[in-house]
Formats: sequence, structure tokens, C-alpha cells
Amino acid sequence: MTENLKIDFAHNQSAHCENGVVSNLMKHNGFQISEPMVFGIGSGLLFSYLPFLKVNYAPVFTYRSMPGFIFNKFAKRTGIKMKREKFKNPKKAQERLDQNLAKNNPVGLQVGVYNLVYFPDEYRFHFNAHNMVVYGKQGDRYLISDPVMEAVTSLSIKELEKVRFAKGAFAPKGHMYYPISFPETLELKTAIVKGIKQTARDMTAPVPIVGVKAMRWVAKNIRKWPMKLGPKKANHYLGQIVRMQEEIGTGGGGFRYIYAAFLQEASTLLGNPKLMELSKEMTSIGDAWRDFAVDASRIYKNRNSKSSGYEDVAIQLEVLADREEHFFKTLKKAV
Amino acid sequence: MKKEDVPQDESNLASANFREMLYAVDDDGKYTTSLSTGWDPKKIALDNAIKEIEERVNHAKNRVLNNETSPIEYYMEVHKMDLPVLASYMGLWQWRVKRHFKPSVFKKLNQKTLQKYADVFDISIEQLKSIDD
Repeated sequence: MTENLKIDFAHNQSAHCENGVVSNLMKHNGFQISEPMVFGIGSGLLFSYLPFLKVNYAPVFTYRSMPGFIFNKFAKRTGIKMKREKFKNPKKAQERLDQNLAKNNPVGLQVGVYNLVYFPDEYRFHFNAHNMVVYGKQGDRYLISDPVMEAVTSLSIKELEKVRFAKGAFAPKGHMYYPISFPETLELKTAIVKGIKQTARDMTAPVPIVGVKAMRWVAKNIRKWPMKLGPKKANHYLGQIVRMQEEIGTGGGGFRYIYAAFLQEASTLLGNPKLMELSKEMTSIGDAWRDFAVDASRIYKNRNSKSSGYEDVAIQLEVLADREEHFFKTLKKAV
Repeated sequence: MKKEDVPQDESNLASANFREMLYAVDDDGKYTTSLSTGWDPKKIALDNAIKEIEERVNHAKNRVLNNETSPIEYYMEVHKMDLPVLASYMGLWQWRVKRHFKPSVFKKLNQKTLQKYADVFDISIEQLKSIDD
């Protein structure tokens, strides 16, 4: 059976995959929603430290919420109904995908990165929370809009099956999602306020593994690493912080900028000048995160075993925690 | 970050001919987007992680040659996996996969299990039994 199916779908590159998929699907359905707006309303910004969970032989640090969370929250707060499906059987998963394409419906997919052949080899790790849109099928190839890529691409049937059924933490299990119904007008204003309130609450939560408390905990551990783990492992852990912060489609400093862009847009929409000021402060915090990455990378580049370097970045992280704590407390009162 | 400060350093992205998108402010302080070819601190972190994996692969290779582990562990490292990821691909408990690292246990594995490992690593059973490139 030869198929030639190409849905008229506009590919827009984005800084982060999940926001990008949501934004592109919204635009496809006639709603001009930017990537930062999705990120802000979906409360995508976070900091979390999971020392008991290891990825690539180092603890997990995350600068964003759980995979799928952003779309869920965004949909709920704007009144959109979503359909999500997971599959045990790859054949069934492919059938359902084909049915949607035949109905002219582009769908979002959660996939693993390791077998994503169009990614540079060095970036292919066992990371299962990547997102893309499938918008057509030509012969035995699926047409792919991967939001972190500049242009659209394609994958063979077998290649797509492999990434949809990647294994390990957050295994996608063929996870497919798409919006099925929209309200007449999107309730953006109330949605923005809800999104902001939750982010402010989470970032200042009295829990050690999330928000500014988690940042302080990481800082405390960074000081112990050189002695406790030896320079090699300590460097590896520090590298993991930077990679989680600044890898393709993630980005800790990067996320802070997306959030600042959201606050700017929200300020105009809500007619709230305070958010414009806070956007500037968030940009400056994003810059400080990048300085942190520069200094951290310097330590393991020089394979510097002096612990003074670790002390310095630990202090930087604590300053960032203080700034973000003040920031989110102010933000909470601003809306 | 200002738009003109968006880093354009050399990176591994070039091998796939793409640039990533970043948010930055223009001269009027308004947010816009800009493409970046890469950024040194990221490249250093990534190179470091790759080097780490290469060391792990070499270490595993030597251990196979010394008959201290089976080729399964070597191929696991080659594929950037760890025990939980490999066990998940195999649909086995981690302790069972770990047991298959024992050269004596590996020698006695049946065809079906060997084939499953070979499929996960995308190689033949012959390749699985040796570690020559």
C-alpha cells in the first residue's frame, strides 16, 4: 500500500520540545499561542533534585516539570480537551497513528532520543521525554515536525516504532496525544494567573527536593562531592548539572529566559506593568544561571581537584536560590 | 541575555547541520528568538560525558578480555545503557541481566535469550559472542 498523506502543518522551531509541540498544535487549530505562553500557563518552570534516581550514572537534576505535565496543565487551564493514548502493541500504535493522519489530524508523540537518527550521535542518550508531531506519511516514511529542529524531517516506519517504544525511565509506550475540542475563546487571563501561582508555589514549597530548597540542597552536596566522591565522580556530577541545564531542548538558563518572555507577554495581556519589571529580573537570573554554567564547566575542563572551585559554584547556586526565592514571593503577590 | 550575546560557538550540533533556538532580548528590551550554533560550556560538559562513556567502554572491553565479565556488559556500555535501561529493554529483572554478565553463565545462555540481546544491540549472535569491532 503506498500512501501519500501530507497534512498542511506549519513547523515552527522552539527552544523546548513539549512547549513547541503544544504551540504548533494550537496554531494548527487556529489559536495563536506562543511557546512561552504554553510554558507559563502550563507551569513548566521548576527546579528539582532527585539524588536517589540516577541517569547516566549521576543523580537527576531537572529544571522543568515532569514530561506531559505542561500540556496537561495548559489544556486544563485553557479549557481544551485532550486525548491521550498509550499502547502495549506497536502494531496497534501504528494503526491508531495512521487513522489520525487519514482524518487529517496531526498528533503529538512522546519518544525516546537514543534511536532518533536525525540527532547528532553525541546527543543520543537514553532520554525518553522528547516530543514531536507527525503530520503525514509518504510511502513507508512518516513526516516529522520535531520542534527543536530547524526544518521538518522524516522517519521510516521501523525507526518511528523504535523511538515510540524506547525503554527505560519514562518509557513512552507509544504515547500519542492531541486536542479534541476547544472552547469558543481561550480563557487566557485566568489561565495565566493560575499558571503563575502554581510556579510561585512550587518554587517556594517547603519540600527539600523541589524549588529553591532543592537548589540549596544541591549546593550543600556540591561542597561534599570532591571529598566524598573524588574529583572524577565529582566532576561527572557537576557536568550532569550543566548538561541538564543546557542540553538541546532543555536548558536551565534557557528555561528562565522562556519564562521571562512569558512574563513579558503576560504583562501586556493582563495590563500588569509589574510583570514587565519581573520579566527583567528573570532575565537577569537567567544570565546568572549561565554564569554558573560557565564556572562549573571550567572546573571539570581543567580537571581541577581543588575544592575552592566547588565552593565557588556552591555559593553561586545559593545566591541563585535566594534570588529566585525573593523573585517568586514577589511574583505571587503581583498577580 | 541580549540577542547579540547569543553564543555562536563551535559544537557537535554542526555534524547534523542544525542550530538550536534561544530566547533573548532585542535592543528595545523585547523578547525575541535567535539561533545558536552552540556554546562552549555545553560542549565541554557534553565532551566530558562522551569521554566518560568511552572510558567505561574500554574498561568493559578489558574486563571481557580478562574473562571478568561477558560481552553483554561491553555492549551495554557501547549503547550508553545502564543496568536498569538494559533490563527494561530485555523485559528481565535487573539481577538476571547482572547474572548474564558472568562469563560462565553467559556461555550457557540459550539461543532465544542470546537472540534477544542481539536484537536489543542491533547485532548478530556471532557479534554478541565476540567483542571485535
